[in-house]
Amino acid sequence: MNNPNFDLLMFARGPLFDIALLVFVAGVLIRIVEILVLGRKKDFSKAKGNPVQQGIKTIFTRTLPRPGAIKANPITIVGGYVFHIGFFIAFLLFVPHIALIEELTGLSWPGVGRVIIESATVLAVIAGLALIYTRWRDPVRRKLTTWVDYLVLILSLLPLITGYVAVNKLFGDPTFMMALHILSVDVLMIVFPFTKLMHAFTFAMARYYNGSIQGRKGAES
Amino acid sequence: MSATAERGVNALREQIDAPVASFFSSCVSCGLCADACIFFQETQDPQYTPIRKVELLRRVWENEYTLFGRVKSMVGFGNEVTEEDFTEAEKLVYDSCTMCGRCTMVCPVGNDITMMIRKMREGMSAAGHAPVELIGAAKRHTSGNSPMGDLSKAIEAQVKHAIADTGIEIEFDKPGVDYLVILSAQEIAEYPEVIGAMARIFEKAGVTWTISREAFEATNVGVQIGNRDVAKYLVTRVVEAAEKLKVTKVISPECGHAYQALRWEGPNLIGREYEFEVVHIIELLDQLRAEGKLKTSGKDEDKITFHDPCQINRRGGINKEPRRLLNMVAENFVETDDAGTMNWCCSAGGGVGANERAEDLKNAAFQLKKRQFEKVAPDKIVTMCAFCHHTLENALEDNDMDIEVAGLTEMMAEYLEDED
Repeated sequence: MNNPNFDLLMFARGPLFDIALLVFVAGVLIRIVEILVLGRKKDFSKAKGNPVQQGIKTIFTRTLPRPGAIKANPITIVGGYVFHIGFFIAFLLFVPHIALIEELTGLSWPGVGRVIIESATVLAVIAGLALIYTRWRDPVRRKLTTWVDYLVLILSLLPLITGYVAVNKLFGDPTFMMALHILSVDVLMIVFPFTKLMHAFTFAMARYYNGSIQGRKGAES
Repeated sequence: MSATAERGVNALREQIDAPVASFFSSCVSCGLCADACIFFQETQDPQYTPIRKVELLRRVWENEYTLFGRVKSMVGFGNEVTEEDFTEAEKLVYDSCTMCGRCTMVCPVGNDITMMIRKMREGMSAAGHAPVELIGAAKRHTSGNSPMGDLSKAIEAQVKHAIADTGIEIEFDKPGVDYLVILSAQEIAEYPEVIGAMARIFEKAGVTWTISREAFEATNVGVQIGNRDVAKYLVTRVVEAAEKLKVTKVISPECGHAYQALRWEGPNLIGREYEFEVVHIIELLDQLRAEGKLKTSGKDEDKITFHDPCQINRRGGINKEPRRLLNMVAENFVETDDAGTMNWCCSAGGGVGANERAEDLKNAAFQLKKRQFEKVAPDKIVTMCAFCHHTLENALEDNDMDIEVAGLTEMMAEYLEDED
C-alpha cells in the first residue's frame, strides 16, 4: 500500500531531519566560532569593578526590562516574553518531544500535561502574531524590519501551529499534518544559522560583553 | 568604491571585534533602543533609532566577517558601503547621538550600541565625514593646547586670580607632589572659579598638587570625532607630563568625555598601563570626605537638583559619590525623574554642542530636560561636567528658565568648614 503522506512523514523525520540537524549544529558552531575568533584587544585601563562577574550577572539581569519600558512598548515586551516562554514550554516540556530529545542525546526530563502544553502553544502563537502586527504597524519597528524578520517570525510560528493541528487532529489527514509539523521544524533548523534566530545563542555573549565593558568601569549595566 | 569611502571601510573593518560581532548577531530589530534615545523621544522620528545609526558598521561586518555574507558578496549580492552611505550617515552618527549610553542600558540582548557609535565615528572620520567644527577643534588642539585655541595665557591669568582670591600658593610644574590637576578648556575659559575651589579644598585636606604648563587641558576631541590618532596624541601629552612630574595620581576634571578619554580609553590608545592612576575630581572629593579630610559647615537652603553627566555616571560608574557630597551641603536636594544611571543627556554631549548643523536637534532634545526640571522646579542645578554646565546654562536661558547652574566642586568649596 502506497501512502504518500506516510512517505512524506518518513522523509521529514528521516533524511531531511538529519540534514536539517546537521545544518543547524554545524551552522550554529560556525557562527559562534566566527564571532569568538575576532577576539578583543587587551584592556590596559585599571579596572574599577569586576568585569567578569558583572558580565555573567548581566546575562541574567538583562532578562528584565527597565522600569517604564513595558508601558512604552507593551506589545514588544509582553509579546516577547509570552512568545519565548510559550515556545520553550511547548518545545521542551511536551512528552513526545522529550522522547525525541532522549533518542538523540540520551538526556531526558519530566514533561507537563496537555493542558499546559496547549495553552502555552496558543498563547505563543497569539503573541507571535502580535509581534508581527507591531512590526508592521509601529513606525520604529517597521523601519527596522526586513522581509527576513517576518519570515523568521512566521517560520517560528509554523511548528507551533502545525503541531497543535496535528496533535488535536483538527483538520486534514493526521499523518500529513504531522509530516507538515516536522517539515516546519526542519525548515526552522535550516534557516536558523543564517538569520537572526542566532540571537538564541549569541544573546548570552552580547550581554556578557556589555556587562563586562560597563563592569570594568564600575558602572551599572 | 571611492578612495575616501575605502578609507572609511578600512577604518570600520579595524573596529570589528568579538563584542561587535556578537551584538550584530544578536539584534532582533525589536526597536526598544528607540525609546532610550533623547533624539527619538523628542522627534519621534524612526530614523533616530540607535541601532540604525551603526548600520554601516553592521554591513561591513556582515559582508566580511560572516561566512554567509562573504558568500553573498562573492556572488555579487553583497551590500557594499558607498560614499553616499557615509554622507547619509553623518546626521545619524554625529548630529543625533551624544553617545549618552542609554540605548546600551536597555537593549534586551545587551548590545553596547554606544560603543559601536564610537567605532562608527572612526570610519566616518577616516572617510572624511566628521563635522567641520570638530575637525577645527582637533586642529586647534593638536597644534596648540586646547580645542578652543591657545589658552596658555588664560591659564596663567586664572591661576594668578585664584592665588589672589584664596591666598593659597599654586605652583606650575611643581615636582614632588602627589596630584596633577588637569582642567577642561570650558573651565579655564568659562568657569575658572573651580581652580580656587580645588586650591581651598586641597589645602584643608593636605593634598599636594600642581598644574603642568605642557598639559593643563584634559578634553579630547579625538574620542568625539572618532580619530584614534588624534585621541592618542592628546592623551600622550597628558601622560608624558604626568610621568615627567612623577605624580602618583592625575585628577580628571569635571568634564565627561575627558574622564572617558583619560581614564578608560587612554591606556588602550597608548597601548600600555599608566605609571599613575587617574581619579575623577568627584571621586577624590568623596574619598577625602570618607577619610574625614573634607568637612563642610552649613547648608544651601535652595531647592537643588543634580544633573548626571552621561560619561561620568552611566558610562563612567560615578553615581553615588556626587550624591554623598551634595547631601553634605544641600538642605533641600531633590532628584529629577530617571536621575542616576538612567539620567537623560544635557542634549549636547559627544560633540553635538559644537556641531552647528545639529543646533535644531539639540534644542529639540533639551525639551525633555526642560520638562524634567519644570517638574522639580529647582532653584539650582548642580552638575560635575563643565560642558553639561555650559549647555544647561545656555539652554535654560534660551528657554526663559531662571535656574542657576553650579559645579559640584565649587559648591563643596563654598561650604568648606573654616575651623582655623
